[in-house]
Amino acid sequence: MSENFFSRGFRGRRKSELSERLPPGQYLERDFPVLSAGPTPQTPLANWDFSIVGEVDQPKRWTWDEFHTLPRETITLDIHCVTKWSKLDTRWEGVSLETLLAQVATAANYVIAFCDGGYTTNLPLEEVTEGKAWVVDTYEGEPLAPEHGGPARLLVPHLYFWKSAKWVRGLRLIDEDEPGFWESLGYNNHGDPWKEERYWGD
Amino acid sequence: MERRTLLGRLIWQLGEVVATQPETARTKSITLNLPGWSGHRAGQHVDVRLTAEDGYQAQRSYSIASSPEEAPRVTLTVERLDDGEVSPYLTEELRVGDKLELRGPIGGYFVWEAEMGGPLLLVAGGSGIVPLMAMLRHRSAAESTVATRLLYSSRSLEDVIYRDELDRLMKRSTMLEVAQTLTRAHPPGWTGYSRRIDLQMLREVAWPVAQRPLTFICGPTPFVETAAAILVELGHEPARIKTERFGPTGEKHDGE
Ligand SMILES: Cc1cc2nc3c(=O)[nH]c(=O)nc-3n(C[C@H](O)[C@H](O)[C@H](O)COP(=O)(O)OP(=O)(O)OC[C@H]3O[C@@H](n4cnc5c(N)ncnc54)[C@H](O)[C@@H]3O)c2cc1C
Repeated sequence: MSENFFSRGFRGRRKSELSERLPPGQYLERDFPVLSAGPTPQTPLANWDFSIVGEVDQPKRWTWDEFHTLPRETITLDIHCVTKWSKLDTRWEGVSLETLLAQVATAANYVIAFCDGGYTTNLPLEEVTEGKAWVVDTYEGEPLAPEHGGPARLLVPHLYFWKSAKWVRGLRLIDEDEPGFWESLGYNNHGDPWKEERYWGD
Repeated sequence: MERRTLLGRLIWQLGEVVATQPETARTKSITLNLPGWSGHRAGQHVDVRLTAEDGYQAQRSYSIASSPEEAPRVTLTVERLDDGEVSPYLTEELRVGDKLELRGPIGGYFVWEAEMGGPLLLVAGGSGIVPLMAMLRHRSAAESTVATRLLYSSRSLEDVIYRDELDRLMKRSTMLEVAQTLTRAHPPGWTGYSRRIDLQMLREVAWPVAQRPLTFICGPTPFVETAAAILVELGHEPARIKTERFGPTGEKHDGE
């Protein structure tokens, strides 16, 4: 509708040399903003576990200590929040979903991550395997802070950051896709930042 | 696929600025006329997109300050960040008669409608008052008598957004109580609180746990973290506490 529209008097910040690493509509953030829908949950590590349930041969569960016996990876990459900020070269440590999912047999096509506080988000299984997603508990060499999802969060960097569910407690494998929390509330079902899949219908 | 078609698409629309109103030295309200506006719920936000002549674009989110009853006019209240990209333009450059591109409404979670009942507890820090003001304006326009308490933290009296209107709303409705706290400077004779939000303050202001209030907290991250954690500590159900966080991690924000 507004092909030739421009905002009178707006110049904006000039694009920097980093701009090819910023998806469309994103700006560079040096802080680490926090966005969540409710209070930060507090789960003592003694009560924390991570499970894989749903469409699997046998549900799988790890306690905090068991989770830490799994092979770990260090990942450095860019993250993109649907609220328009991107942060470059963030460094995380955790266990890949590939490693976790290797311990169950499933014919499911989708996965729902579920979290303390009731948050959920849905993902196609093929987009969280082969080194595309992790459960991380360390950020920049420190234990992940509670407001950023500690003790552990999902990290799915190729999608908008609401898919990187904070306070994650497990994965439910399902045959048919179903929208999670924000996906039911107006946010895009998929969330690719490079395609600007922000909201329903994008 | 089917679901996505059903749910419809958010399109960019052009609104015309029909009024601007300074609220404080740092904040300004901008009222737009949006002929294509489909309506909103109190608490939702819009995305604003600015386009420079050379095509460069920047987008930011802004809560809707006006009530649904005021549609097709929509008001935003923007706080200027001195080294910001978008907020200085909106607060200083944009004038009546200019056009502004936006899309929305966005967000179906941090919303309150009169039918949802209460009692209602609203906790605002700084410009976090904006979506909560939409709720108060809606409450008033809908002539709702839902018992409501607002706890609003500002740096100083001069930084209180919507000060006169809050007074007017409070005089109109006996079921609305407003508690204010000023964290940096307070005038002589100030009878409100003069410190950051803490356990004691929320114990005094919040509804008793047994009344199961619906709570909305909005402000900078450390403010929201503190207020939400205290309410949970006091025994309020996390599922009845909704939060919205504006802006950066906020070491620089001094807790409002
Ligand atoms: C859902 C939602 C609703 C929102 N609603 C509102 C609203 O109703 N009203 C409102 O005013 N804002 C609101 N915001 C914030 C708004 O979207 C912008 O982030 C804000 O206006 C700043 O944008 P900017 O382009 O001016 O600053 P940017 O150019 O984006 O700069 C902001 C960044 O620069 C730094 N910075 C710049 N100046 C300062 C400063 N003075 N103090 C600290 N850090 C600084 C910080 O790192 C900050 O993250 C909302 C945000 C969200 C996510």
